[in-house]
Amino acid sequence: MDLSETAEMAAFRGEVRAFLAAHAGDYEAGAARAPRAWQDLLIRNGYAARTIPKAYGGYGAEPDILKSRIIAEAFIAAGAPRGIANQGVSMLVPTLLEVGSEEQKQRWIGPTIRGEVVWCQGYSEPGAGSDLANLQTRAVEDGKDFVISGSKIWTSTAAQAQMMFALIRTEPQAAKHEGISYVLIPMDTPGIEVRPLKTMTGGAEFNEVFFTDVRVPQDQVVGGRGRGWFVANTTLKHERGMLGDPNATEARLNALIALMKAETVDGQRIIDNPIFRDRLMQLQGRVFAMKFNGLRLFTSRLSQEPAGIAGLIVKLQGCELNHQLAALAIDALGELGVLYTDGPHLRAKGRWQWNYMFDLGLIIGGGTAQIQKNIIAERGLGLPREPKPAAA
Amino acid sequence: MDFALTQDQRLMQESLVRTLEQASSLERVRRFAGDLKDKGADVWQALTAFGLAGIVVPEEHGGLGLTMLDAALASEALGAAIAPVPFMGVVLGPIALLRGGTAEQQAEWLPKMASGAVMAAAAISEPIAGARDGAGVTAKDGKLTGKALFVPGGLAAGLLIVADTAGGLHLVKGDAAGLTRTLMPGIDETRRLADLGFEDVAAEPLNSGDGGGGPELLAALRDAGWVLVAADSLGAAQVMLDKAVAYAKERRQFDRLIGSFQAVKHLCAEMAAELEPCRSLVWYAAYAFDAAPAEASLMAAHAKALTSEVGRFVARTATEVHGGMGITDLLGLHFWFKRLGLNRQLLGGPERVRELAARLQGLAA
Repeated sequence: MDLSETAEMAAFRGEVRAFLAAHAGDYEAGAARAPRAWQDLLIRNGYAARTIPKAYGGYGAEPDILKSRIIAEAFIAAGAPRGIANQGVSMLVPTLLEVGSEEQKQRWIGPTIRGEVVWCQGYSEPGAGSDLANLQTRAVEDGKDFVISGSKIWTSTAAQAQMMFALIRTEPQAAKHEGISYVLIPMDTPGIEVRPLKTMTGGAEFNEVFFTDVRVPQDQVVGGRGRGWFVANTTLKHERGMLGDPNATEARLNALIALMKAETVDGQRIIDNPIFRDRLMQLQGRVFAMKFNGLRLFTSRLSQEPAGIAGLIVKLQGCELNHQLAALAIDALGELGVLYTDGPHLRAKGRWQWNYMFDLGLIIGGGTAQIQKNIIAERGLGLPREPKPAAA
Repeated sequence: MDFALTQDQRLMQESLVRTLEQASSLERVRRFAGDLKDKGADVWQALTAFGLAGIVVPEEHGGLGLTMLDAALASEALGAAIAPVPFMGVVLGPIALLRGGTAEQQAEWLPKMASGAVMAAAAISEPIAGARDGAGVTAKDGKLTGKALFVPGGLAAGLLIVADTAGGLHLVKGDAAGLTRTLMPGIDETRRLADLGFEDVAAEPLNSGDGGGGPELLAALRDAGWVLVAADSLGAAQVMLDKAVAYAKERRQFDRLIGSFQAVKHLCAEMAAELEPCRSLVWYAAYAFDAAPAEASLMAAHAKALTSEVGRFVARTATEVHGGMGITDLLGLHFWFKRLGLNRQLLGGPERVRELAARLQGLAA
């Protein structure tokens, strides 16, 4: 256990800070989305697409998760917009680097990391949620093309995306997990219809995507026909890690503490109510535990040792904790907590209610809490799988 | 950045676990629990031979000179073995002398503690967990009068670290005139709690060390105590989880291993998901005790409170996974269940500890 920083890393931190100070005029502090020029500047200096090879438009540095973390911390501290981290960058690009053809890498990685091409992910279907491998959207061969029919659901950014990376059943005769291919599909192909999926938040954070005889060249398959399940699984792990980010959780805890200190009932601060204060302290203990669990996982990655249970629990515990923080904020606000849209008494733009509703979706999405428990029990604790029911 | 145990720490803990398998087997613990005349001398001897008696005593006084994290790892192993050894005083005694004792007091007591000849116990329940039934010790002219309750290892300790009602701390010899010691029989028969009575008992004040006396020293003892109890709970809860998982892999009902039923496997997953983050928090709280003093109290408080809550959840859930066998004496699972029950209340239950956590951050008056 030694949480101090080496001289080399301290120097690197100084470098990143100096960069941000020198370019303070090039971005708007706290802005969620940075302009294209900012992204290009970040890539040139190694603060975005850092480990992507130069040949594909990246910065070409050796992977160094310690430096990546220092970059992230310095950007957060300065309120500077981070490099683009959409599904194309975080899921498609690593997949292409691992299993893509040279032509696919050349064609897609550069535009994706520069933000010129936005991707959406086409995995889930109405009949393939937890049982994702049951997906039925199928491709039929026609000359050099595939002709795709079916539908996808829970597709974020489908309306903005130019491209989709999708799991499609291309080998109907093969076994369930072996008949799927990972296919790249232009969203402007005739036969694709995107319908926004309105959720309980009132927004449409997801979409349904319908495919009617959508024609895609067969060379758009990544990693080989019938290999899609295995290709996708390498990157699903990254998504689960993203969903339980302890830094985001700690930021939310701090916002909740500020809220409870600022808000009053009958002139008494919420924080001075012992019941609410105890609920806050219970959650703070859990937030700290998950934060240190995160540091432990980080060290495991550095030393390339398996993380075991500590890694398997992050999605389950992290999402639940975020949800409970939102729940306490709503309870602390009481009747104020039910206000949601613009009005004189609205707090935090209704963000806590939005989080409470949206985060329930995160508990369900990316592998439900129940699926996570199966994974922890089977892979982590070695408990036996549920036997398959005998055919009726 | 290295958030992990060192190779040495892992080896030390594994080696201690093996020592305890021999010295503190379930059969041995059962004998101790059933016989008040059994002082566990052989267990203590094995642990002294291991070096545990002097784990935080500096090398110049004959100890190992290790850190609170090492002590916490030892405490975890002792909790896993439900060892009948009051380890808290073994760590709190030296810390009290190192931070609050004179050079003479240190020279007199530290070597004896390191060799295992004298075991210390800390009587600090009243100022930390709150006074019950009118307990409390007052100091006047070098003499102590009053009562101190819930002192782990207090029946046999050769040296007592006693907190008075004003926040001062004192050294009292185990054979001092006017000191009475009575067992407080409780659920956990592997831990003997003492009711200490003081009638004009001679005491030496602890207030001259680098840490100063009074509140700061008391806070250091409290933080160390919380970390050690938290680590003990972590070890005990991990064993209960491991036993539940092992049982779910061998017990068959409806022609299936019960661990293949999601109703059972999800209980096991929930225990693992709750317990694993506690490990990281306990490590950090122990590390902070030595390396990050500004955070030490808050992290110790959260480690104590969270392991108390998770400990209770694991204790009842692991018992439930064992079905009817779980509540029998035959299986012996109840020894861990009761250790977790004791640890939850010792040095303050989670509600009280969290209130202090709030106060430490200026969130409560």
